[in-house]
Amino acid sequence: MATVMIQAEHISKKFADNWAVKDISLQVHAGEIYGLVGADGAGKTTTMRLICGVLHLDSGSITVGNFDINRQTDQARSLIGYLAQRFSLYEDLTVLENIRFFAEVRGLTADEWLPRCLDILNFVGLLDFKDRFAGKLSGGMKQKLGLAAALVHKPKILLLDEPTTGVDPVTRQDFWQLIIKLAAQEGVAMLVSTPYMDEASRCHRVGFMREGKILVEDTPGNLQKSLKGKIFELKGSPLPLLRKIVQNHPLVKYAQMFGDRIHLYISADPSQTILEALSQTIVEQGGSLTNLRMIEPQLEDVFISLIETNYE
Amino acid sequence: MINSRLRSLIRKEFIQIRRDPRTLVLIIVIPIMQLFLLGYAATNDVRNIPLAVLDQDHSSAAKALLDAYRAADYFRITYAASSEKELRDLVDRGVVRAGLIIPPNYGDKVNGDGNTTIAFVLDGSDPTIASTSLSAAQLIGQQYSTKILAERMQRHGQTLVMEAPIEVRPQVWYNPDLVSAYFMIPGVIGMILYALTSILTATAIVRERERGTIEQLIVTPILPIELVIGKIIPYIILAIVNTLEVLIIGAWYFNVPVRGDLMLILLLSGLFLLSSLGIGIFASTTANTQQEAMLIVWMSLLPSIFLSGFFFPIEAMPKVLQWISYIFPLRYYLVIIRALLLKGVGVSALRDQIIALTIFGVVIMSAAAKRFRKRLD
Repeated sequence: MATVMIQAEHISKKFADNWAVKDISLQVHAGEIYGLVGADGAGKTTTMRLICGVLHLDSGSITVGNFDINRQTDQARSLIGYLAQRFSLYEDLTVLENIRFFAEVRGLTADEWLPRCLDILNFVGLLDFKDRFAGKLSGGMKQKLGLAAALVHKPKILLLDEPTTGVDPVTRQDFWQLIIKLAAQEGVAMLVSTPYMDEASRCHRVGFMREGKILVEDTPGNLQKSLKGKIFELKGSPLPLLRKIVQNHPLVKYAQMFGDRIHLYISADPSQTILEALSQTIVEQGGSLTNLRMIEPQLEDVFISLIETNYE
Repeated sequence: MINSRLRSLIRKEFIQIRRDPRTLVLIIVIPIMQLFLLGYAATNDVRNIPLAVLDQDHSSAAKALLDAYRAADYFRITYAASSEKELRDLVDRGVVRAGLIIPPNYGDKVNGDGNTTIAFVLDGSDPTIASTSLSAAQLIGQQYSTKILAERMQRHGQTLVMEAPIEVRPQVWYNPDLVSAYFMIPGVIGMILYALTSILTATAIVRERERGTIEQLIVTPILPIELVIGKIIPYIILAIVNTLEVLIIGAWYFNVPVRGDLMLILLLSGLFLLSSLGIGIFASTTANTQQEAMLIVWMSLLPSIFLSGFFFPIEAMPKVLQWISYIFPLRYYLVIIRALLLKGVGVSALRDQIIALTIFGVVIMSAAAKRFRKRLD
C-alpha cells in the first residue's frame, strides 16, 4: 500500500448550531484519487477547508504527510495545493501575474518561477492565454488557472473542491485527464469533491457525504456491486402513472426518474412474481409497458438508494 | 526584513492599485478636490456683505457717513431703500444681510453739537456673517464718531489733540492677515491622511475576503503579519505622496507657509498613520464586504472631523464634547501639523501630542493585529 498522505480522524466542525462536518474519518494515499460525493450542503467544502487549515477544527485530528495541520500548519501546507470551489485568484491580474504571485509567495526564486510557470501553463493548456486578465477567462479556463496556481510548488497533495462545476463537457474531460495524470505519474494524493456521478466513478475510492457525515466509502465497483440484482429499469407510458404504481408497491424501496425511464430499487429478493404483479397493475390501470428488466447498478443508483433509505 | 514574500505581496498590491480606477480617483483626485474646496469655500473671512441703506436725511453729512461705510470693504451698499417697509422686505427676502437707517435730522444734529442715533438692522440667521457685520458696523461708526468729535473740538478752538488714554495695539503672530486657508490646509492634510489610509487599508484587506482570494492566500506560507504589512506599505507610500502633494499645492498655490522641518513633518505624519492604519485594519477584521468596511471607517471618521478641531475650535465646544475629543487621534495631529507649518516649532513644543499619538498608535495597532486572523472562521 502506498503512503498515507491525508489522515483525518474523527473531525468535526460546527457553525452556529449546525454540524457542518460530524465525526468524519478518511485516508487518502499517494497516487490515489479520492472522491467526495454529495449534494450541496453535505459538508464537502467544509471538509476540504478543514484539511487545508482554512477553517479551524472543533475536534478530531488531521495529519498531512507527517505534519499535524494545527501544530505544524506551515509544513503541512507546503505539501498542499488547493483549488477552492469559488474562483480565488486575482481577476485584475493576468494569468502569468497570478501564477508568478503564487509562485513567489510559495518561495520560488526569480530564476525558478518563470520556467516553472510556463511549464504548468503548458501542462494545463493555458500558455496561449498567459497575458489575458484572469477575470476575462471562461469558467473552464479559470479552473485550469486555479489548478495551475495550486500546482506551482509541486504539491504532494491536491485538494480540488468541485473543480468542474460550471465547466463545459470538453474542458471537463481535459481536467480529468490532468487529474488522472497527476495521480498516476507524479503520485499526487488527490481529494476531489464533485456532485457528478460520472466523475465519481473515475475515482479510486468514493465517500458519500450527507449531513456532515460519510455514509459509505468504497471503490466505485464495490459500491455498485452492493446493489447488484436489485436495480430494475422500467420503460413505458405514461411515466407519471407508472411511477405512482411502482412507488405504491410495498417491496419497491424507491423509484427514480432517469429521463425517459424509471429506475426501481427492489430490496427483497426480486422474484419474478413482483415484476409480474407490477406489469399486471400497469396494464390494468391503462398504462403501457415496453420494458421492465434488471440492470447493472450505476453509481447514481447507489447514491440515491443511500439518500432514500436514510430518510425512512 | 522585507523578504521575497512581502515583496511580491507589495508588488501585487501596486499592480492592483494601478488597474483600479476607483482607487486611483480616491488617491489622486479626492485630495486635490478637498484641498481646493476647503481652501476656498470653507472660509470665515467675511467680505462684501450686501447692505441696504434708508437715508431719510439726504444731507451731505449723511453722504459722508455712507462713504465711511463704503470705504471699509466689509459692506457693499447694494440698495437704497425708500421706506422702512422696503428695507425690512429686502432683509426678509435675503437680498441684503443688513440695513442702515439714517434719521431725518441727522445732518443738523451732527453739524451742530447734538447727538443722534443711527439704526443698524441685521439678519442673524447666519451667526458668522451677523457677528462680523455687527462688529464692523460698530467699529466704523465709532471711528467716524471720534472723527466728528475731534472736528468739533477744533471748531471750538481747542487745539489739544484728542488722544485715547489706552490703545490696544494687536500683533497677530503666525498668520498676520488671518487667512482662513492657512488654517484649513494643514487640516486637509490631516483629514486626507486619516481618511485615505484607513479606508484604503480596510477595503484592500476586505477585498481579498469579498472576492474569495483570501482562501488561496491562507494556504500559502504567508504569515499574518506579512499580509498586514504587505497591505499597508503601499498605502503608507501613497499617503506620503499625498501629503507632499497637498503640501506643495498648499505652499505654491495658497501660499501656506511651511515653517517647520520637512523631515519632522513626514516623521510625525508617519506616527499619526499608525493610528489611521490601525483603524483600517481593525475595521477589516469586522467587515465582510468593502461597503461594510467603508461604513465602519466613516463612522469613526465623521465625529473625528467635527470634534477634532478641524472646522470648529475645541475650546468653544461644551465640556462633554471636549472630553470626547480626546479619543480622536486626529485632534492631536491637527495641533501638530498646524504648529509645524504655521509656527515652525520643534519637537519639544509638541511633546504632549506626540506622546498621545504614540499611545494611540500602539494601542490601536496591537488591538487590530490581535484580531487579525489568517483563517476563514
